Amino acid sequence: MTTTIRSTALTKTYGETTVVDQLELDIAAGEVFGLLGPNGAGKTTTILMLLGLVEPTSGGMEVLGMDPRRNPLEVKRRVGYLPDAVGFYDGMTARENLRFTARLNGLDDVGGHIDSLLEAVGLSEAADRPAGEFSRGMKQRLGVADALVKDPSVLILDEPTTSIDPEGVAEMLDLIRALADDQGVTVLLSSHLLHQVQAVCDRVAIFVRGKVVAQGRPHELAAVESGEIRVEFRLGGDPSVASGLLESVGSLSDVAPGKQDGSWIAELEASSLATAVAELVSSGAEVLGVRRLDEDLETIYRRYFETKEEVSA
Amino acid sequence: MTSDVLEQDGPALSRPGGWRVVARKEMADHLLSGRFVVLMGVLGIATAAAVFAASGGIRDVAPNAQGVTALFLKLFTVTADPVPFPLIVFVGFLAPLLGIMFGFDSVSGERSQGTLPRLLSQPIHRDEVILGKFVAGLAVVAIMLTSLVVFVSGIGIFRLGVVPSPSEISRLAVWLVFAVIYVGFWQALATVGSVLAKRASTSAMIPIGVWLVLTLFGSFIFSAAAGVLSPQDGSQAAELAHLRTVQTVSQLSPVTLFQQGSTVLLDPEVRTVGIVTVEQVDRAIVSELNLTQSLLVVWPQMVLLVAMTSVMFAIAYVAFMRDEVRA
Repeated sequence: MTTTIRSTALTKTYGETTVVDQLELDIAAGEVFGLLGPNGAGKTTTILMLLGLVEPTSGGMEVLGMDPRRNPLEVKRRVGYLPDAVGFYDGMTARENLRFTARLNGLDDVGGHIDSLLEAVGLSEAADRPAGEFSRGMKQRLGVADALVKDPSVLILDEPTTSIDPEGVAEMLDLIRALADDQGVTVLLSSHLLHQVQAVCDRVAIFVRGKVVAQGRPHELAAVESGEIRVEFRLGGDPSVASGLLESVGSLSDVAPGKQDGSWIAELEASSLATAVAELVSSGAEVLGVRRLDEDLETIYRRYFETKEEVSA
Repeated sequence: MTSDVLEQDGPALSRPGGWRVVARKEMADHLLSGRFVVLMGVLGIATAAAVFAASGGIRDVAPNAQGVTALFLKLFTVTADPVPFPLIVFVGFLAPLLGIMFGFDSVSGERSQGTLPRLLSQPIHRDEVILGKFVAGLAVVAIMLTSLVVFVSGIGIFRLGVVPSPSEISRLAVWLVFAVIYVGFWQALATVGSVLAKRASTSAMIPIGVWLVLTLFGSFIFSAAAGVLSPQDGSQAAELAHLRTVQTVSQLSPVTLFQQGSTVLLDPEVRTVGIVTVEQVDRAIVSELNLTQSLLVVWPQMVLLVAMTSVMFAIAYVAFMRDEVRA
């Protein structure tokens, strides 16, 4: 796989504050990479550095094989960017706004392209309304179309789903996935809404206070964290019998009732999950469901928030 | 199109004309904006009042004004009741507003609309943004001032029945260029404000403040400053020195430069902007300067004004280039 975006020890400080600290990124062509983290973690600063709009304090970066500091125009020609809280010229219609972007990219006569982009983000109806009348969510959709006007090889989306309604989010994520799968566009997206974007990302980096605290495929990240995993069992029949059966399985520890009736939460070594389930079944338990709780990135994410609070407390 | 050719050639380092795309959009914005209509209306009314009064005044004295050439230009320089100022003073006073109006939100407007990061992430040099905006503003100002002059000329021809001579037309043309450069100073000043201030309302205050101080309290400030530099002791020599200092100090203001330049350019009989003693004009023959000679007289003013505008634009340019994208 070829690397599309790479940063080595990328650092940005404003006075005393280090906003981005020794960031190492390596994003392959055609990959959807999620930069996840709370607000103020340094996501936007990282993106602006990759676009050559903010000068890094130290470290190196490469976008499509070019240094954004030395070759900003060529990088900007091939990278589509959706800024956080994107805005448009209020007096111009959606279509005029896109046409202006096209002209800035030296593209004339792109009417058909613009129409299909507006269609793709679901704004065909509103194409000739002034952008000033648009809601935040509509502006965000238009922003995605705007980033696509130049037919980019790389798409950088800063908080692409923040103000969009749930249905729109699903459409947006489908669109992002399709761009990566069908056209081989490399996508770097940042978000603080973990559960929305983890499904669409090939890999994610969890970014807290300028540092990447975890990086990898969403499910790998969970497994790597520790050998111990937490599993929710849903067992039928008499609760006291079920609890006794769970306790009798040697590999399970810390068995406790879950939130729902008939659900139990226990800890065990990740590698022994299959044998534990087999043991339960053979001992006569009515196993209705088994779910790994640590599978969810949310847990990791929350853990980092918790440590962050501990540090600041 | 050259840009297409470059594109096919692969990595084009710099596509010429990004600033033109910006300028085209900005011009369209200005010409369709409410502030353009309002400014045009205000200027039109003020001009019409001044020129009607002036033409009335000229008609009153015309029977005695045998041999007066450049009668047409008097429309711009003559004062008559009930309007207290000649037209060029009006322009000197009001034209800065044009520059301020087209400059004060050039960058802060992009910022408040949230379009600046999007604009700067397009493949154009950053300076093309500010250059495009500046050129667009000046082009609109040039259109406004030219139509103003044509409007005045129309009224003049209608009311006086005098048609401007070729030399008068060329004087007016030079004056128009001079006026656009003058407005350019104010537009650049407003652009500086718009880069430095984060909000449009704050950024308008900077140039408007400077404008009010220089136009309303200018003469007071200059004579006060000159009083410090060359105090008067009652002697004639000291008096003269003091006046010279006032003159020099006041030339630090673009308003003064424009007034002096306009007077000489639009009045062929004016031979100097400096202080003239009675001895110097004694037995001088009253005659007119031609345009080249008038230009020689105001050359320092013109060069100074061009320099001031350039420096102010350079400040705006540097401020914008160093500005952080993040608000």
